[in-house]
Amino acid sequence: MASANVVENPGVQSDPHLLLRRFSLARAKEQAIYCSLFLCALLSVVTTLGIIIVLVNEAVLAVGPNAAFFQEVSLWEFFTDTRWTPQFADKHFGVLPLLAGTFLIAGIAALIALPIGLASAIYLCEYAAPRTRDFVKPLLEILAGVPTVVYGYFALVFVTPYLLKPIFQDLLGFDVGVFNAASAGIVVGVMILPMVSSLSEDALRAVPRGLREAGYALGSTKFDVSVKIVLPAASSGIMASFLLAISRAVGETMAVSIAAGMTPSLTLNPFRSVQTMTSYIVNVSLGDTPAGSVQYQSLYAIALTLFCITLAMNILSQVVLSRYREVYE
Amino acid sequence: MNKPKSVFESRLAARHRQGRLFGAVCMASTWFGIGVLVVLLAGVTWQAGGWLNWSFLTHFDSRHPEQAGILAGLWGSLWLILFTTLFSVPVGVGAALYLEEYESNGWLQRLVQVNLSNLAGVPSIVYGILGLTVFVRMFGVFGSQPKVVEMSLGFIDVHIPLPFGRTVIAAALTLTLLILPVVIVAAQEALRAVPSSIRTASYALGATKWQTIRHQVLPAAAPGILTGVILAVSRAIGETAPLVMIGALTYVAFTPGDISSPTDIITNPAGLAEAPFDTFTALPIQIFNWVSRPKTEYQHVAAAGILVLLMVLLVLNGVAITLRHRYQKRIRW
Repeated sequence: MASANVVENPGVQSDPHLLLRRFSLARAKEQAIYCSLFLCALLSVVTTLGIIIVLVNEAVLAVGPNAAFFQEVSLWEFFTDTRWTPQFADKHFGVLPLLAGTFLIAGIAALIALPIGLASAIYLCEYAAPRTRDFVKPLLEILAGVPTVVYGYFALVFVTPYLLKPIFQDLLGFDVGVFNAASAGIVVGVMILPMVSSLSEDALRAVPRGLREAGYALGSTKFDVSVKIVLPAASSGIMASFLLAISRAVGETMAVSIAAGMTPSLTLNPFRSVQTMTSYIVNVSLGDTPAGSVQYQSLYAIALTLFCITLAMNILSQVVLSRYREVYE
Repeated sequence: MNKPKSVFESRLAARHRQGRLFGAVCMASTWFGIGVLVVLLAGVTWQAGGWLNWSFLTHFDSRHPEQAGILAGLWGSLWLILFTTLFSVPVGVGAALYLEEYESNGWLQRLVQVNLSNLAGVPSIVYGILGLTVFVRMFGVFGSQPKVVEMSLGFIDVHIPLPFGRTVIAAALTLTLLILPVVIVAAQEALRAVPSSIRTASYALGATKWQTIRHQVLPAAAPGILTGVILAVSRAIGETAPLVMIGALTYVAFTPGDISSPTDIITNPAGLAEAPFDTFTALPIQIFNWVSRPKTEYQHVAAAGILVLLMVLLVLNGVAITLRHRYQKRIRW
C-alpha cells in the first residue's frame, strides 16, 4: 500500500494521512461557507414566499385564530359592491372605489410622466450634447431620490394652493378641494418621470447606429430618424418602461395619502378627495383597529389585490421586453 | 420657372422647422423635471426659513410648533441606518457571492434572478405588511403577553422582547428585506467587474475558493459594493410607508436607549443594548406627522424636518460618490 502511495504522489514528503485530514477540514470549512452563502441567496426567494404566504393566509385561508377576510366577505361583494365603508356601522367592502382612486391617480401621473419622460429620453439620447447629458442625468437621479413624503408635502403645500386653485378654481370655476386627486397625480407623475426617462433612454440607446445612418442616407431629417426609425425600433423597451412606471405609481403610498385625502369615492373628478388602496392601508394602520377584526383583515385583502396588480404589470413588462424585442446583430 | 425645386425646398424647410420644434419640445420636457426639482427645493427652503435652527435639532416634538424639534426622529433614523446596514451587507453580499462566484448558471441562480426583478417591483407598503406580521407581531404566536428573553453578553445584558413589537430592530429587519434586492444587484455588478485573471492567479497559487474570494475578490469589489449599499440605505431612510405600517410612534419624547448625544454612548453603555429593542420614530415619520396636523405653523416645522432629511441623504450620497471616485482612480487592473 505504502509503496503504491509513493508512486502516486512522488512529490509529497509528509504523512499522507495528515495531509488528507487537513484537506478534509478545509473542505468542511469551504462546504460550510458554501451552505451559508446558499442560505443568503435563498432568503430573497423566502421573502417572496413570505409575502405571498402572509397575504394569502390572512386574506383567504386563515391558518390561525382569526377568520380570513374572504371567509367573511365574499369575492363577489368585494369586486362588485360600489361602497367601501369598513368603519361605519353599515359595513360595505367593495373595492371598486379604492381601485378607481388608485387608477385615477396613476392615470394622471401617467398622463404627465409618459409623454414628458419619453420626450426627455429622446432629447437625452438623440439631441443632447454629451456635456449636457452628464449634467442633466445626475439631476434627474436626484429627482428620483427625493423621499415620497417630501412629494406629498409639495403637493399639499405648493401644487394645490399655487397651481391648481388659481387655474382651475379661480379661472375655470371648478371646485378644488384641499385634498384632491389631481395634486397627488401630478407629484406622482413627477416622481416616476426619471424612471420613464432613464429606462426609455436605455431602450433608445440600444438601437444600433446603422439604422440611424441608413435613415440619414435616405435623406431623413433628425426628426424623421428619431420618431420614425429609432422610436419604433425601441418600442418594446419603451412599453416596458411605461408599464414599470405605472406599476410604481399604483404602489405609491405616502404622497398619495398626504395629498389625496382619505375619502373612498367612486369618481373620476380629479379635484375631489379620493382614497387609494395604499392610502387605505396607511389610514387603518394609523388608527387603533384591533388585530383580527374584519377591518384589520381587510388590510391583507387590499394588500393582496395591490400585490397582484403590480406583479402582473411587472411580469407583463418583462414579457413585452422579451417577446417584442427587435433583435439586431 | 423652377417650381418643382421650390416645392421641394419649401417642404424641406417645413420638415426642418418641424424637427426644430420637436427638438425644442423634447428639450423643454427634460428641463421640466429639473425645473420642478428647483422649485421643490426652493419652496421647501423658503417655508423652512427661520424654523431650522439649533433648538430644532436638539428638542423633541411638541404640541407648540415653535418648540417642536426633530431630535427623536434624527436618532431613530441613525439607528435604522446602522442596523439596516449591519443586516443587509452580510446577507446581500453573501447572496451576490453565491450567485456570481459559486452557482453562475444553476437553477437557483435563474430563480433568484427572476425573483429579484419581481421583488424590486413590490410596493414598499407590502413589505410593511410583511414586517408587521412577521417581525412586529410574529404571527401572533406569542399571544397578547410579550415575553422577554434575557441574554448576557458578559459586559452588557440584552433584553429581547418577543414578539419584537414596534421597535427599531423590527423596522430595521423590514427595511433590510426592502433594500436587499438592490444591495444584491449592486454587489453582483461589483463582483462582475473584478477580472477573472485575479481569481485564476489566486487558484494557481494554491488558494481555495473561499481564500480567493476572501483575500482577492472581496477587497477588489469592496468599493463598488459599499457604494451600492450606501445608495440602497439612503433610499431606505426616505421610506415612510413601511415604517408607518410597523407603527413607528409618531409622538415620541425620547430617543432609543435614551442616547441623545454622542457622549451618552460612553456615559450610558447600557443604553446601547436597549436601543435596538426600544420604540422609536424616524425622520420621514415625524415629517408625515407634522404634515398631517391642521395648524399651518406645522407646515414650516415639516419643511425644516424635510431639510434635515434631505441633508442626511445628501451626506450619505456624498460619501458614496466620494468612495466611488476615490477607488476608481486607485484600482488599475
